[in-house]
Formats: sequence, C-alpha cells, structure tokens
Amino acid sequence: MTNLRAENLSYEVDGDRILDRVSLDVASGETVAIVGPSGAGKSSLLRLLDRLDEPTGGTVYLDGTDYRTLDPRTLRKRVGLVPQNPALRGGTVRENVTIGPRLRGESVSEERLVDLLAAVGLDGYADRDASDLSGGEAQRVAIARTVINDPEVILLDEPTASLDSEAEAEVERLLADLLASGERTVVLVTHDERQAERLADRVARLRDGRIVDVGAPREVIT
Amino acid sequence: MSVSAIPDQLADPVVIQGLFQVAAATALAAVVIVVSSIRNLDLERELGGSFARGFVQVLAMGALIGVLFTIPLTFSGLLLAAMVVYAAWESRKRGGGVPNAFRISVIALGVGSAVVIVTMVAAGAIERTVRNLVPVGGMIIANAMKTNSLTLDRFQGEIESNRDEIEAVLALGVPPERAVSEFVTESVRASLIPVVDAMRTLGLVYIPGMMAGMILGGANPIYAAEYQFVIMGMIFAAGGLTSMTASLLLGRAAFTDAAQLRRFEATDPTLLATLRAILNR
Repeated sequence: MTNLRAENLSYEVDGDRILDRVSLDVASGETVAIVGPSGAGKSSLLRLLDRLDEPTGGTVYLDGTDYRTLDPRTLRKRVGLVPQNPALRGGTVRENVTIGPRLRGESVSEERLVDLLAAVGLDGYADRDASDLSGGEAQRVAIARTVINDPEVILLDEPTASLDSEAEAEVERLLADLLASGERTVVLVTHDERQAERLADRVARLRDGRIVDVGAPREVIT
Repeated sequence: MSVSAIPDQLADPVVIQGLFQVAAATALAAVVIVVSSIRNLDLERELGGSFARGFVQVLAMGALIGVLFTIPLTFSGLLLAAMVVYAAWESRKRGGGVPNAFRISVIALGVGSAVVIVTMVAAGAIERTVRNLVPVGGMIIANAMKTNSLTLDRFQGEIESNRDEIEAVLALGVPPERAVSEFVTESVRASLIPVVDAMRTLGLVYIPGMMAGMILGGANPIYAAEYQFVIMGMIFAAGGLTSMTASLLLGRAAFTDAAQLRRFEATDPTLLATLRAILNR
C-alpha cells in the first residue's frame, strides 16, 4: 500500500503560474478527487504527480521517498496515469492493452489479458481493431492498459468527460468496482462534482492553481 | 588560375549566353511562384528567396572554383567540414523547434558524409585531388542534407501530432526511446523515399546529370554508367547513414533526463551565436 504526498508543488510555463504551492496528502488505499473549473490546473497537477512535466517548485513523495530520486520509468510503473484522451495506437485491443509490458520487454500471459479484459467489460475484444472502438470502449482499454502494470497509485484524468451519458455510467461503474477493493491509491481529476462525490473518499477543490478547499465530499461539494 | 582571372571569365561570350538560359530557368521558377501565390500556398518568399540565393551562391562558387582548385589538398577537408556545418545550419530549420537540431544535424551529416567520402577515397572512387574531392564531396553532403532535412521535418511532424500517444505510453513506464521508436522509424523511412525512388528509376526515368555530362565529354558510356552507379551508391549510403544517425539522436533529444517529452519551441538564433554557445558548453 502506497501513499502519495505532494509538497508545495508549483508549475510555471513561460512565466505563467499554472500551479501554486499545491500540497496534498493521499493516504494508502484512499481515493481523492480533484475538482475545479477548467483551467484551474487539474490536469497539470496530475501530470506533475506522474512527473510527465518537471515541477518548477516542490516535489512529490511516494511512501516518503522523493520521487525525483526514483527512475522515472519505475515511478510511472508504480504510479500509472490514465490520460483523458485514451490515445490508442493502431492495432488490436490486445496490442494496446499490453503495450506497456511489451515495450518494456516483458511478457504478459494470455490468462492475465483475458481476466483484465473481462474486468473492464471487454470480454472477447482482444483481437478487435482498436480504431473501431466506441469512446467508452476506448476509455476502458486505456484503463486496462494502465491496470495491467498493477500500479500502486492510479491517476485518472477526466475518465468520463468525453463520453455520452450511457458510456459515462458504464465507465463510472467500472471505476467504482476498481476503487472499491481499496487496494489502490487513486487521484481522480473530474469537472463533474457529482462524480467526485460518488467515487471519492475526499475531495480537493483547485482554483487558479491553488487548493482552496479539501475535505470529505459532503464538506467540499455543496 | 588566380583571382585576377575572374574579370576575364565574366567577359567570356559564353557567360553572356548563359544569362539568357538563366532568364529562361528563372521564368519557369516564376511560374511556380505565381501559381503558389494564386493558390495562397504562402510559399512565395521561401521559393523566391531560395531560388535567388541558390543563383548567387552557385555563381560565386563558379567564379571561385578555379581559385579553389589551387588550394592544397589538406584544406579541402576543412572546406568539406565547413560545408557540413553550413548544410546542418540550413537543415536544422526543418526541425521547427526540435531540441538540438543543429548539433544533431552536424553530427549526422558529418558521420554520413565522412564515412562515405573516406571509404570512397580509400577505394579510389574519389581521386585525391581538390578538383575531384570538393565537388563530389559537396554533392554527397548536399544530398545527405536533403535526407537530414526530411528526417527532421518528418520527426517534428510525427512527434507533434502524436504527443498524446507518446505520453500515454511514457506514463506506463516505457523507456522513452521505445515510446517514440515507431515515429523514429517512420521519419527514417520517409526521409529515404527520394533516394530509394531515384535508385529504382535510375536509368529508366532518371538519367543523372553526371553520367550525361561524362558521355557528352566523350567517356565510355558503360564506364559512365558504372561511375554514376557508384555516385548513386554514395548518395544512398550517405543519406541512409545520416538519417539513421539523426533519428537515433533525435529520439533522445526529444526527452529530458527525467524521460519527459520536451516541448518543441522554434527559435531563430544566428549561426555564430549558436556555434559560440556550443563551443562554450
């Protein structure tokens, strides 16, 4: 079980301050939702947590270890990010779901793949062409692609923002199952406050790059 | 021959006659520029500028080449190195913000042309004379530059249009070079299309200038063909080596030490400032 602690994270691009000394504690097995208006810095924060961008100030501790001391590849295997845009590559569902281990030179058993596809509701999809998938299906593939690494922490960036309401409900159900086990530490970025309320243990509100409120969903979301 | 011979060369009737031919070629280029302008391709400046510039440069080269051939052989190496640096400088602009595009181009062009030129000099295909080494070397460098420019252009385009795909895979803990390998391969493949096509159509569609010149000059046509094939082989090898070296270096330059995909920001410094910055490092 792994906890994640952001300490005074700041991020500037060309003199624009995107994030301003953001501190956030996420306990082992906890799901914290980040809410706020678009442009508040939610996605930027998630990218910093995975070190896809370099913080211009502050750092992140993973189980007390400064993440800058970890090999970025190891870090990202332990802390998996599911991007808002699934950005699947050409090829089959199987190729997309296994791309992480494959490009790291590791093998994945067929059994594991089948189990994983079943878990995300894509039973029998292994050999389908990824470009033929619906938005909701592509999002499930993206989730499976991250989960196959068995990450200790999962970062979810607007997992349902681009989906229609039916697909949204299905993906949210899948996430609820995924989170219910309490085995993983999760940071969920969403603009949908009701979704945050449904899925998260705690909610942090981000505005203009700062955390302005953090607490139980009922306290933060009114 | 010396610098004082240049005015005599200019007064030669054949030079005056050449001016009419230049005018005809310019008229054709003007058609392309006018069409580009009508179609709003916004390429007039680039096309017109490169055309005018090429004319001035090649004329200057023509005027100086007689002088050039009198320099000692050892200097021709320096001259070729200067050509590589300048070719890299022009080529880097195709990288539109790719980090270290100039340095990568110098190394790639240097490796590609040096390997080929040294090998072929050793094999006797390029004579150890200035009048052979400089023009043939220049031709190899120029062709390697084309390939390098295409590699840079394609790489930049592939990375910019696949940022999300690359970062999605980086976020899985995949090594950066593996995350971009597909796009690197694509850049190499695309950059080699012109040389591969030229090789395929060699003799059927494309009858290269050097071979035609040799035959017109009275050489044995079979030997002219053989030598042309050697030239094509050199261009092919230099292009391939350049593109592969460039792509290898580009694949790394696209990322920070922390395996983050860099933002590509185009800047336009001067050649001298860039060289100074590299030397000061």
